[in-house]
Amino acid sequence: MLEFIVGHFNYWVVIVLMMTGLYVVISTGNLVKKLVGIGIFQTSVFQLYISLGKVVGGSPPILEYLPKEYAKEASNYVETATKTAVATEENAIQPISDIGGTIDVASDPLMGVIYSNPLPHVLILTAIVVGVATLAVGLALVVRIREEYGSIEEIQINEAEYKQEAGGS
Amino acid sequence: MEMTFPVDMNLPINLFTIFDMVLLSMLVIVAIAIVRLNSLFSIVMLFGVYSLLSATWFVSLDAVDVAFTEAAVGAGISTVLMLGAMLLTSREALPTPPLRRWTSLLIVTATGIALIYATFDMPSFGDANSPANSYVGMEYMARTITDISVPNVVTAILASYRGFDTFGEVVVVLTAGLGVMLILGIGGSKRAAGTAQLKATSTPEPKLPVTVAGAKGPASNHHVVLRVVAKMLVPMIVLYALYVQFHGDYGPGGGFQAGVIFASAVILYSLIFGMEETRRAFPPGLVRFCSVLGVFIYGGTGLVTIILGGKFLDYNMLDKHDPIHAQHFGILLIELGVLVTVAGVMLSIYYGFAGRYRELEDRNW
Repeated sequence: MLEFIVGHFNYWVVIVLMMTGLYVVISTGNLVKKLVGIGIFQTSVFQLYISLGKVVGGSPPILEYLPKEYAKEASNYVETATKTAVATEENAIQPISDIGGTIDVASDPLMGVIYSNPLPHVLILTAIVVGVATLAVGLALVVRIREEYGSIEEIQINEAEYKQEAGGS
Repeated sequence: MEMTFPVDMNLPINLFTIFDMVLLSMLVIVAIAIVRLNSLFSIVMLFGVYSLLSATWFVSLDAVDVAFTEAAVGAGISTVLMLGAMLLTSREALPTPPLRRWTSLLIVTATGIALIYATFDMPSFGDANSPANSYVGMEYMARTITDISVPNVVTAILASYRGFDTFGEVVVVLTAGLGVMLILGIGGSKRAAGTAQLKATSTPEPKLPVTVAGAKGPASNHHVVLRVVAKMLVPMIVLYALYVQFHGDYGPGGGFQAGVIFASAVILYSLIFGMEETRRAFPPGLVRFCSVLGVFIYGGTGLVTIILGGKFLDYNMLDKHDPIHAQHFGILLIELGVLVTVAGVMLSIYYGFAGRYRELEDRNW
């Protein structure tokens, strides 16, 4: 039960944040506050994606070793790994014991390091920049509405609209 | 990979989960404060705080590139834009009538419960074998070493494996920038002409519109600290942006972050020295040209690879002797395109908003 709660806690908080954003969008009549609500909603979607890509015990998806460094690093890696394997005989995590002293790039290109999933990061990274650009479009519209109607409150804009229509006909 | 602090990852609640829970609680508190407040200034500032907290959580989720972008964009540019829009509109929001408040709460609660019910089927947090973490993402992770050979896999995917998607994103950013230019105009060329006329007609009067930009006399002395500090900070921020740009292959960073950081350097300059000076240093025409130039560089790289006999954005064509070298070259080029477009678009958006606002008068500082 506790594991289930910890394993799903992130989704629940993300949903609470998402709903907070939605609440701001539908409850307030102020257009700038509405855009802040959309921002909260949007950020919660980002958080959902990123938390899906997390791997427990993982590190950021920036590789520690590259082929050029392999020859040098691989020997160090085996040495330290055997040392730790000896030191922690009883431990469950012994990545090097399976490989048996030789690093095979084809079978384990990541050299036993756990990384989080980079794909959601790419999607969200670009989405954040696109998000601020679209937010700017929204704000620009709000500024124009204010110049046209003298207000950014829904009720007052509607009133001004009715007045214009009544005056026009 | 040795852990230097005692954390037992096998426990359901360890140091990491506690850290996450504290951060998430803070996010919820800030979000609820935003709901309850009516002062737009507080709301906008709290939204910046919210973005920064969210960036911290992204670091905890290993998404360092995303955290970087969120910190630069959310706490930087979008707060500035919102403050600008707030100055041009109003400072207070009307309180929500109770009926509307309760109806919204009802709708939101119902939706929330339905969504939470759906999460029971989701894979648990951090599951290495969940569908999202099993297929293409990890495949990229494993292949980057031999295919592209840059340490930052996020950059490798963004610029090479999914280069076409990123091209789409850059075009979307440009389109949004064009949208703002169409709605607000291109950063006050009309306004500038207006003030010039004003100055020409009212020269003999001593009560000239003393702008922050124009003030070079003793009137500007009282924010001399700001000016000196800003003058020292701006080049450093630009240098940092370039570092982020060129180090993006090796660590968190890249064209998107660098573009936003560069734009924030210029925005800082304009906040202290005024729009007039900024327009002289970075003319709106140049900025507009840059936002298109970046897309041109990006698309042009794609076209060159086609001409060299490959597919669109197939970097291996750029250097047929060493595919890895070719990949690095291609990534460098398109990251440059992203930098130029993002910086250009962010600045034209900023110019668009700033051009609507009269220069802050000296006595109002």
